[in-house]
Amino acid sequence: MSLLSLDNVTVQFGGLKAVSEVSFSIAEGELVGLIGPNGAGKTTVFNLITGVYAPTEGKIAFAGKAVAGKRPYLITARGIARTFQNIRLFPSMTVFDNVRCACNMHLKHGISHALWRGAKVAAEEARIEAEVMELLGIFDLADDRDANCKSLPYGAQRRLEIVRALATKPRLLLLDEPAAGMNPTEKVELMKLIRFVQEKFALAVLLVEHDMKVVMGICERIAVLDYGQKIAEGTPAEIRANPKVIAAYLGKEASPEPTVGGSSLH
Amino acid sequence: MKSFDRTKIVLLVTIALVALLAYVCNRSPEFLQSRIYDILLGIGISIILAEGLNLVNGYTGQFSLGHAGFMAVGAFLGSAMSLGIAFPYLDGPTWAGAGWTVIFKVLQQGFAWLVNVFFWLHNSLVGLATGLPGWGKFLIALIYGGSTAALSGLLVGVPSLRLKGDYLAIVTLGFNEIIRVIIQNAEPLGAQRGLTGVPSNTNFFWVFAFAALTIYVVHNLVHSTYGRGFLAVRDDEIAAESMGINTTKYKVLAFVVGAAFAGIAGTLYAHQKQYINPEGFNFIRSVDIVVMVILGGMGNTVGVCIAAVLLTILPEILRDVAKLEWLPIWLREVAENRMIIYSLILIILMLARPQGLFGGWGKKKGAA
Amino acid sequence: MDSSTIEFIQQLINGLSLGATYALIALGYTMVFGVLRFINFAHGDILMLGSFAGFYCGPWVTAFTRKLAGNPDPTRDLTGFQDWVGPWESLLGLALVLVVVMSACAAFGMLVEFLCYRPLRNRPRITVLITAIGVSLFIESMGQFIFGAAPRLFPEIISDRSIDFSAHGEQWAGLTLLRSQVLTFLVTGLLLVALTLLVKRTKIGMAMRALAFNPTACALMGVNVSLIVSFTFGLGSALGGAAGILSSIERPSIDPLMGVLFGLKAFVAAVLGGIGNLAGAVLGGLLIGVIEIMVVAYGPSTYRDAVAFAVLIVILLLRPAGLLGKNVREKV
Ligand SMILES: Nc1ncnc2c1ncn2[C@@H]1O[C@H](COP(=O)(O)OP(=O)(O)O)[C@@H](O)[C@H]1O
Ligand SMILES: [Mg+2]
Repeated sequence: MSLLSLDNVTVQFGGLKAVSEVSFSIAEGELVGLIGPNGAGKTTVFNLITGVYAPTEGKIAFAGKAVAGKRPYLITARGIARTFQNIRLFPSMTVFDNVRCACNMHLKHGISHALWRGAKVAAEEARIEAEVMELLGIFDLADDRDANCKSLPYGAQRRLEIVRALATKPRLLLLDEPAAGMNPTEKVELMKLIRFVQEKFALAVLLVEHDMKVVMGICERIAVLDYGQKIAEGTPAEIRANPKVIAAYLGKEASPEPTVGGSSLH
Repeated sequence: MKSFDRTKIVLLVTIALVALLAYVCNRSPEFLQSRIYDILLGIGISIILAEGLNLVNGYTGQFSLGHAGFMAVGAFLGSAMSLGIAFPYLDGPTWAGAGWTVIFKVLQQGFAWLVNVFFWLHNSLVGLATGLPGWGKFLIALIYGGSTAALSGLLVGVPSLRLKGDYLAIVTLGFNEIIRVIIQNAEPLGAQRGLTGVPSNTNFFWVFAFAALTIYVVHNLVHSTYGRGFLAVRDDEIAAESMGINTTKYKVLAFVVGAAFAGIAGTLYAHQKQYINPEGFNFIRSVDIVVMVILGGMGNTVGVCIAAVLLTILPEILRDVAKLEWLPIWLREVAENRMIIYSLILIILMLARPQGLFGGWGKKKGAA
Repeated sequence: MDSSTIEFIQQLINGLSLGATYALIALGYTMVFGVLRFINFAHGDILMLGSFAGFYCGPWVTAFTRKLAGNPDPTRDLTGFQDWVGPWESLLGLALVLVVVMSACAAFGMLVEFLCYRPLRNRPRITVLITAIGVSLFIESMGQFIFGAAPRLFPEIISDRSIDFSAHGEQWAGLTLLRSQVLTFLVTGLLLVALTLLVKRTKIGMAMRALAFNPTACALMGVNVSLIVSFTFGLGSALGGAAGILSSIERPSIDPLMGVLFGLKAFVAAVLGGIGNLAGAVLGGLLIGVIEIMVVAYGPSTYRDAVAFAVLIVILLLRPAGLLGKNVREKV
């Protein structure tokens, strides 16, 4: 059974159908790519899945339950976590606190315990610290734990967003251009990391990424959006050969052929 | 994390210290009558108000301009408890002459029932408290003032949830005014005349014990993993929601906790001054508190505390300055009108140092 | 018509005339919000400044125009149009006072923008909001300092009198309309027409609309944003000044804090109509005026000042974009 399924999902902003009758699904533990020219509606699909927008029409189900239109924090509680294309860390907080915030959901203690910190609370805070530090370690951010997140270099901020998303203990991770602005070596590193955490935490991943080489290399399956519509879906090889995809990209002065490094599409 | 139990110990030690100081104060009846003592109590009350508002405006980033309204709820209902004031129950509508107006009558009846339930609770509590000794009654008045203010915080917080920035400021200001107008129309609470003869129960111990408690609660709240949610709401609501944080809960919680402390401060204030008038809780009073929070640096516990002290002493100094006969008359008039100075502080601060006078102080580097 | 209907019409007229004042101020809020996305808290105080400007220049101007007319008896019988709006010399006086006060208020509004808001153009909104609160408090407290806190009596710029309707038919007996109300409707109407033409037909109006639509694109297209913002403040403040004169003619007791409630209620009016929407501001202003007067007339009058806020809360809960506004969603 599929973990996430979109069924004819449409969202309309004024006269613009940003996403139009899109259907696809992701199975448990699968790594799926979502590609398409700039403005195709990829980020909007993320916003629909995570509840930031409610679809105008259509159904979204996660683990067999409808989630469309639910509040984002409830959807996150079901096991979907995301990163943002335009980085949205908590700017006043340290690296450590940014991740700690994401553990909020799994806290066993509430307001009264936050006020009177007994042994149980101390143990829980210690456990959270250990978990956060482990995640930060995986993404090579442990040394920066007390730095303000805004003082990190761009690439590190993107990695921190992933760590923060992982701290919610998701079953499905949505990554919106996680490698944007990185150089080719950094990109390769990042993709290895994504593979690593995907296996370690048994995650399903939906990845938006413009670098075709990266996408084709890492994803098992790819869906292509253009003008809000899904124009193709299949294995990397099928996508590469699909005339519709080639047309969509040629129309946008780029090709789905592997490009190295800074793709012209942002 | 290391300092886990330290905060508890600090709180207990502070309260013990406050008790000791209060004992010393009580030994000197002249001191209890002095202006310094009066100002000291004022400082403590300001700290409670400002730190409570700091949770809302500073840490949670919800700009509220109605704190004096919650203070008024605490002041009037707390005093009603001390004075043994009971509310007469509301009558329902007269049901004669039906027709389409029946809808209004049903609404009116529902409203009357709702209010009467509250009145019934209030009256029963007043009845229970009558036999108690003075300090017991006062403690009940404090708790009651705090809880009713918290309830009003809930009533204000929930409809204000969708609003941000300017809108929220004006709506909270509006609630402030509505609360004031309601009290001005409430005959049992003295209507426009206010309440007189409130027992003089407030003393050094109660004021500073509650000030310490306020700081403890706000500090521990925001420094726990649980309480980081407040800061997340302030920093980026959408990101916070996407990380599983129920922003609604945190916003309402901030309002409720802030209002509860404002209510306690109001009860303390009423039992210090022994006379309260609804006019004293208008939005200018709210601005006073907001200026403390802004001057101290929003979301900076230490800074706000210092600002509360400074801005409570400042009007007293100005009052003295206004009495200096050798000063030019216009300068003395300016000194008498503290709002000129407050407003200038606000404008200049925002132009030159928007993080507040003590912004960046009292926090670790990079921490919030 | 029975007396209760007459009474209702009377209250409606009173409400509309109060609402016209709210509408003029609400327009200022809405225009500034349109171009800068912020609520100029100090806008209500411009009304107060307008009133006091009229208080000081009114007697001079009236003396001047009366001399021009050869000091006629102000209580003389008038016919036709003049019976409705007052003798021509007082109309001229009103026009002169309006011109002077509106220019003074415009200049003041632009000065405030230049000194306090322009340096904060790209700062967080909360900073601007706090500054605006500070500016508002400053104007009020300086007003108390300079003009004194006690209420003053606004000079009689036009010789106000009530127009008796019974001359126009028995059924109107009991209904009265004040000259000042007629003038309020006339002047407000004229200003609205002028404003509409300005915003819809002139180049600078087009620039204002463009700025409201998309500030970044506007700056990129070479529009002088500072100039437009300054102009908008001036325009809004001029309308605020006019509101000050008109409201003081009808309610001549003026004091330095009069702008607070007027400003807040006008703000509610702007939100009710849909902030950023000119027609909405007018509609909202008239509605708030009528609702307020109706509550005073038929409801618990002591709740007068709480009514506007109750309306605001209801509107924000049911239709946050206001009656004529459009909902916009934040892009993520
Ligand atoms: N909140 C919104 N309001 C109006 N239009 C929007 C909103 N969010 C996205 N859009 C529009 O939807 C389209 C798809 O945007 P997006 O999903 O960000 O594309 P992508 O991520 O594929 O580059 C764009 O035309 C964008 O302008
Ligand atoms: Mg995108």
